[in-house]
Amino acid sequence: MAYGPHTTEDRARMLKAIGVDSVDDLFADIPPSLRSTGLNLPPPESEVELSARLRTLADRNRVDLVSFLGAGAYRHFTPAVVDQLLLRGEFYTAYTPYQPEISQGTLQTIYEYQSMMAELTGLDVVSASHYDGASATAEGALMSCRASRRDRVLISRSVHPHYRQTLCTYFAGASLVADEIPLVADGPAAGTTDLVALERMLADADRPVAGVVVANPSFLGLLEPMAEVGRLAHAAGALFVSVVEPVSLAVLAPPREYDADIAAGDGQPLGLPLSYGGPYLGILACREALVRQIPGRLVGMTADVDGRRAFVMTLRAREQDIRREKASSNICTNQALCALAAAMYLAAIGPHGLRDVAALGAARAAELEAALAAVGVRRLHPGPYLNEFAVRVPGAARVHARLVEWGILAGLPLARVLPDDPSLADALLVCATEVTTPEDIAAFAAALDEELAGAAR
Amino acid sequence: MVPNDLRYTKEHEWVRIEGDLATVGITEYAAEQLGDIVFVELPDLGRSVTQFAAVGVIESVKAVSDLFAPVGGEVVETNAELADKPELLNSDPMGQGWMLRIKVADRAQVDRLLDPAAYEALTSEA
Repeated sequence: MAYGPHTTEDRARMLKAIGVDSVDDLFADIPPSLRSTGLNLPPPESEVELSARLRTLADRNRVDLVSFLGAGAYRHFTPAVVDQLLLRGEFYTAYTPYQPEISQGTLQTIYEYQSMMAELTGLDVVSASHYDGASATAEGALMSCRASRRDRVLISRSVHPHYRQTLCTYFAGASLVADEIPLVADGPAAGTTDLVALERMLADADRPVAGVVVANPSFLGLLEPMAEVGRLAHAAGALFVSVVEPVSLAVLAPPREYDADIAAGDGQPLGLPLSYGGPYLGILACREALVRQIPGRLVGMTADVDGRRAFVMTLRAREQDIRREKASSNICTNQALCALAAAMYLAAIGPHGLRDVAALGAARAAELEAALAAVGVRRLHPGPYLNEFAVRVPGAARVHARLVEWGILAGLPLARVLPDDPSLADALLVCATEVTTPEDIAAFAAALDEELAGAAR
Repeated sequence: MVPNDLRYTKEHEWVRIEGDLATVGITEYAAEQLGDIVFVELPDLGRSVTQFAAVGVIESVKAVSDLFAPVGGEVVETNAELADKPELLNSDPMGQGWMLRIKVADRAQVDRLLDPAAYEALTSEA
């Protein structure tokens, strides 16, 4: 085999073989607005000058804001031990081991991460992780299609919009159908998944459903009727995929309790910084019966020839590099460092600590609700929440921008990510965690009061 | 030498035709190539299968291979022992390691299969 770079003739031959005119045609699916027009890089600089330049750029980020933003990524306190240990060379720069059994330490850390997630979700099998909650959810939905040999999935409108979009992207390539389950419009269950509509959608005999995907808490922060969803899904022969937030699992019923077959979520809240959107951590878990359908790496524990405990990468033959187009996924990597951070975080704070984090966040959120209500800003929905909820604010987008000038990040204007829902036009999604202080809450309420009073004048 | 009363596929399945019932398994050659078999996925009873379509999965430590139906028809029986003892495919692939039985829809399809001599030729040139 020649090891030199491709010649023009090589490329022409390959293009002819696959019936494509030019290499650019292979990128036709990428929208023109996202295509590169070349990189405008200045000439090289010394480390001192470059560091200064980068610091100036970084200073444009507002890191001083008192934040009430959640919407899929949450501010938590990470004990210093996590970041310190992560810096170890064996962890920080190691890539996926290709002869995994030589890296017993690496495999053990992944096995421990998997074990902790199994404990949190109550499910039997956990993969070594995926890119993020969105792709993990999409993979969970694909699993339900493979396992049931059906091609239609129902996903609640209250699942994170980015997760739904990602699922649709995955489905488009695989010729699968994703239908959205509407939300209840009013009454005590307003804002949650409409069970009547779900039952109706499941009853279509011509279009059997492979899986039902519902999040708890939902994107709107509300607690969903998971046991009922599970019951309806199973009655129709569909699998139940629950989307979960890992810290909440310390206080809410875990997937096993409401008979979920698959659980997906994002592990960012477990010791990972917000980092402007990533890297985050895709969690995927399932019942034992689905172990051969779960994508991603799986680390197992066994005994070597001398009877000593040993860790291995197991069920490898199912992965993309071996099974190719019949593999469970086209992705065969994981977020090793992020999974390790999550495992370290959980080991550092322990099960009681995690419960305290969740409970404290819930308590602060209740204080936040009261403080906002005291200035006339009320919740959109009446149902129970854990630590996140939507409030009605006239002129939400404008008020949000004004509050940034007060040094407050007032959550997320929902119209920005859910523009098609008129009931969310004047709404902010706000959340509190264990790092939210009573002073923060008071400042937020006061600023909001000023802004709304000013607007009223 | 391969058994004389059977027919074979290019994908290394053997099939014994008795009346309108076809018993299917994988050959010794296939079992040897696959290595230690750890899991077998067989089609559901009652499922209708097409000739040469993939109907199941055979997983060994180093590969996951598809199982192809030598003839089309309805799956009427599968070997329940393989769930707990997939290693039967290695120890006795031609006997106790039989995998499924199909009620043959069209007997003429048997003509598309390889006879023992043709299968011998296939495996010896490999």
